[in-house]
Amino acid sequence: MRAIVTIRRRDTIADPEGSTIQRALGDLGFGEVRGVRVNRTIELDVDDAARVREMCERLLVNPVMEDFDIEIVT
Amino acid sequence: MKVGIVVFPGTNCERDVAHALGMFGADTELVWHRETDLDEFDRIVLPGGFAHGDYLRAGAIARFSPVMRPVADAANAGVPVLGICNGFQILCEAGLLPGALIANRDLRFICRPVHVRVESTDSILTRAAKPGQVLRIPLNSYEGSYVPGDMAPTPVLRYCEPDGSVTDAANPNGSSDGVAGLANAAGNVVGLMPHPERAVEEFMVSTDGRVLLQSFLAS
Repeated sequence: MRAIVTIRRRDTIADPEGSTIQRALGDLGFGEVRGVRVNRTIELDVDDAARVREMCERLLVNPVMEDFDIEIVT
Repeated sequence: MKVGIVVFPGTNCERDVAHALGMFGADTELVWHRETDLDEFDRIVLPGGFAHGDYLRAGAIARFSPVMRPVADAANAGVPVLGICNGFQILCEAGLLPGALIANRDLRFICRPVHVRVESTDSILTRAAKPGQVLRIPLNSYEGSYVPGDMAPTPVLRYCEPDGSVTDAANPNGSSDGVAGLANAAGNVVGLMPHPERAVEEFMVSTDGRVLLQSFLAS
């Protein structure tokens, strides 16, 4: 199975990459975009996803600034 | 006075730090990241570079290198521990300093001298400096924008104008509150983004890094 971890920086913390993309979209005429956040996904190929949450908490995610969710695809 | 300078795969400022500390009489030794015993050292430095390629997040992999266990033990025992640039990021990831460092506000790698103001002299890095003293020191980083965690940081250095005023224009990377360097509550663990070891010799942009490194050795 595949565990897909999506890591999101909290809204209160700046996302310079998202801001830059938003500006570029605006320059192209897509002014309706009110905000852009760039997330990160990490896909783990595992037989058992029981410990994926622990992997997130210990290494994959920085709890100071990021939240995450886990999607299991079988 | 024996200083251990930790070298991770991808660290690249260890020799500059050894040279600079050697100018002030320190006996330095480079320590590979797999070392598990740092008892012989009176001071520890995590120098700049790109430890473990900065993969995942800067410092995220390095914090699990074997050497980080004795680094944490030393930090908790009151041994002066200094993290410069990537070393600062590692100390934050390891939880030895509060907060985190993210990409610069304008997404550009910054490599130029900046001015910083001494905010507190109650740390191993600033003890010999004067409160409000302005230093000109090279900055060399992409992920140098400081983000505080739940705990309010104790800034020891903030980015400033040449006259010492802290302004948004003088903040090169969008760092929260203009933080360029900070200490733990005890003052024995300090991280900073600028490179004091690159401001020690007469031919360099300044010699303002001396007072910081001398503080570190005298603490």
